[in-house]
Amino acid sequence: MTSMSASPSSSRQRHLSDRAILNLFIWPTLFLLIAMNIFPLFYSLYLSFTDYSAIAGKIPVWIGVENFRNILNDEQLWQYFSTTGRYALLSVGLQTVLGFGMAMLVREKFRGSGLLTTLILVPMMLSPVVVGLFWKLMYTPTFGYFNYLLGFDNPGLGPDFLASSWARKPVPGLALWAVVLVDVWMWTPFVMLLVLSGLKAIPDYLYEAAVIDRASSWFQFWRITLPQVAPLLLIAILFRTIEAIKSFDLVMGMTGGGPGVQTELIAVNLYRQAFLGQFRTGPASALAYIILVIIIAISNLYIRYLNQIRGEG
Amino acid sequence: MANFAETGPGKPVTESIRVDKISPRARLMHNLRALAVLGLAIVSLIPIFVMTVTAFKTRADVVSVPPKVAFQPTLEGFVYLLTERAVMSQARLAEAQQNAENLTLFERIALKTGQDITGPSDYVNRLRNSLIIAGLSTVASVVLGLFAAYAFSRFTVRGKDDLLFFILSTRMLPAVVVTIPLFLMYRQLSLHDTHLGMILLYTVFNLSFSVWLLKGFIDEIPREYEEAALVDGYTRLQAFFKIVLPQAVTGIAATTVFCLIFAWNEYAFALMLTSEKARTAPPSIATMLGRGGIEWSAIAAGSLGFLIPVVIITFVLRNYLLRGVTFGAIRQ
Repeated sequence: MTSMSASPSSSRQRHLSDRAILNLFIWPTLFLLIAMNIFPLFYSLYLSFTDYSAIAGKIPVWIGVENFRNILNDEQLWQYFSTTGRYALLSVGLQTVLGFGMAMLVREKFRGSGLLTTLILVPMMLSPVVVGLFWKLMYTPTFGYFNYLLGFDNPGLGPDFLASSWARKPVPGLALWAVVLVDVWMWTPFVMLLVLSGLKAIPDYLYEAAVIDRASSWFQFWRITLPQVAPLLLIAILFRTIEAIKSFDLVMGMTGGGPGVQTELIAVNLYRQAFLGQFRTGPASALAYIILVIIIAISNLYIRYLNQIRGEG
Repeated sequence: MANFAETGPGKPVTESIRVDKISPRARLMHNLRALAVLGLAIVSLIPIFVMTVTAFKTRADVVSVPPKVAFQPTLEGFVYLLTERAVMSQARLAEAQQNAENLTLFERIALKTGQDITGPSDYVNRLRNSLIIAGLSTVASVVLGLFAAYAFSRFTVRGKDDLLFFILSTRMLPAVVVTIPLFLMYRQLSLHDTHLGMILLYTVFNLSFSVWLLKGFIDEIPREYEEAALVDGYTRLQAFFKIVLPQAVTGIAATTVFCLIFAWNEYAFALMLTSEKARTAPPSIATMLGRGGIEWSAIAAGSLGFLIPVVIITFVLRNYLLRGVTFGAIRQ
C-alpha cells in the first residue's frame, strides 16, 4: 500500500498498473498449484467414493462410503497405521532428545566447530532412497559394516536387522528399529540446527541475571533455555512428525515393507494398493484422504507456529 | 527472583565468566565438548565413508566376509553402473589383451573381468533425464516463485496469509496422495512418462518452497530503494528488474540450489509417474540388479554420484541451511 501510493500516477497510466502486475506475478503460481494440487485432490475425493481400478478399463462406479467403511474395518490397515505411529513416535522422540543434546554441545564455539557442524548436517541433504539403499548394504549381516563395527564377526550369531532376527531367531520389531535408526541418523541434525538457532537467540542477560541470583544450572536449563527454545523445538517436532507420517522413500530403499509387514508404513501400503497388483484406485483414494486429513491437521499447527515465529522475527 | 528469596542465599559464585580467568575445570569441559562433537561427526560420517569406499571395490571385495578395510581400489563399480557388457569369447579375449593399449579406461577395466563393453547402460539415460528435469523445473519454479514472492512481499493481497498458507500446505501433502489422481490425469493428457510431465510436476513441487524462501529474502530488501526509483520515474517493472533483482541475487542462488537438490533427490513421483522414457536416476538406482543379485558396487558408485554434489552444496549453503529447511521462516 505504501509503495502503491509512492508510485507516480503518470507512470501508472502509461504502464502496467500495480494491480495488473500483482495479478501477473501471482496468478501463474496459483494457477499451477490449483491445476496440479487442488484439482487432483477434488478428483481423488470423487474417486474415493467409487469402485475403480486404473487398469481395468471400466468407468468408476459410485459406491458411497463403502471404501471408507472397509478401511475403518480393516484390521490389517489399522496395523499399518499403528506401525506408522510407532515409527513416528520413536524416530521423532529420539531426534528431539539427541538433536537437543547435540545443539547444546555445539552451542559454544570451539576451533573447527563450524566445519564439524556442517559435516554433521550432510546426511539430511541426501536422497532418502539412496540413503535407504546404502544402509541396506551396511546392515547386511555377512558383508555389511554395521555388525562388523558392533563386533559381531560371526553372521550366524549376530543380528540380521532387516530380517528382524538375532542369531537366526526372529526378533519382531528389529527391522522397524533399524529403519528408525537410519531416520534418526539422517534427521537429528535437522532438530539440532533448529534448536541451535533458538539457543543463539537467547539473550545473554537472562543467564547473567540467573548467575547473579545464583540459580543452579538445572534451574537455568528448565527456566531459561528450554522455554526460550520451545517454539523452535516444537516446529522441528511438528515438521518431523509430518515427514515421518509421509515416510516412503527410506523404507522403499531399505526394506520395501518387509520382513512380512513389519515395516509396512501407511504410505508404502498406499503405494502398493494404488500402483501395484490390481491398481485399487478407488479404495486407495479413500485411504489417501484419511492420511491427508491427519497430515492437514498437523500441518495446520505447524504453519500456525511458523507464522507466529515469522511475525516475531 | 522469587525462588531465591524463599530459599535464601545459595552457594557463592565460584566460576568467573571473565575470559582471562577460565578455570581449569571449565577448560577441560570445553575440550571434552569439542571431543564429543568430533566423535559424533565421525560416527555420523561412517556410513558415507563406507559407501564411498564401496564404490571403489571390486565385486568380490564388496561381498567379502568380514568386510575388507584394505583393498585395491578399482573403477569397476562405475563401469558396471554406466555400461552394458557381454562376456568375451576366448578368441576375442586374446585379441583384446593384445592391443590393450588402444582401449579406453572403461574397456580395460571390463577386460580384467573378461567382458566387452557393448554400449552405455540405461542409467546414463536416466542421469540425463535427471539433469534435464531437475534443471528445467528448478529454473521454472525459481522464476515463478520470484514473481509471486515479490508480489506477496510488496503488494497488499487480499487474503494474503490464507494464500501463503495454501501455497505451503501443498508442500505438506504426501507424494502418494497427490499421485493417484495425477496418474489418471497424466494418462488422459499423455503426460505419463514424459519429460514435460515431470518438469511440470517438479516445478509445482518446488514452487511453494521457492515462494516462501524468496519472500523471506525479498522482505529483507528495504522498500525505500524501489520507492526512490519509482519517484525517479522508473516503472514498477523496471524497479523490480533493476533494483530488487540485483539485491536478491544471494537469495535467488540459495533457492535455486535447494530446488535443484530436491528435484535431484526426488524418488516417489518419479517411481509412480515414469516407467522408461523419462525415468530419473533415484528410482533406477534401487533396481540395479546384476547377474549375481544386487550389484552393490554399481549402487555405491551411483550413490556417490548423488553424494558428491550434496556435500559440496551443503558447504556452499551452510549459512542458509536453516532458512532452507524451515521455508525461510527462521533466519539466523
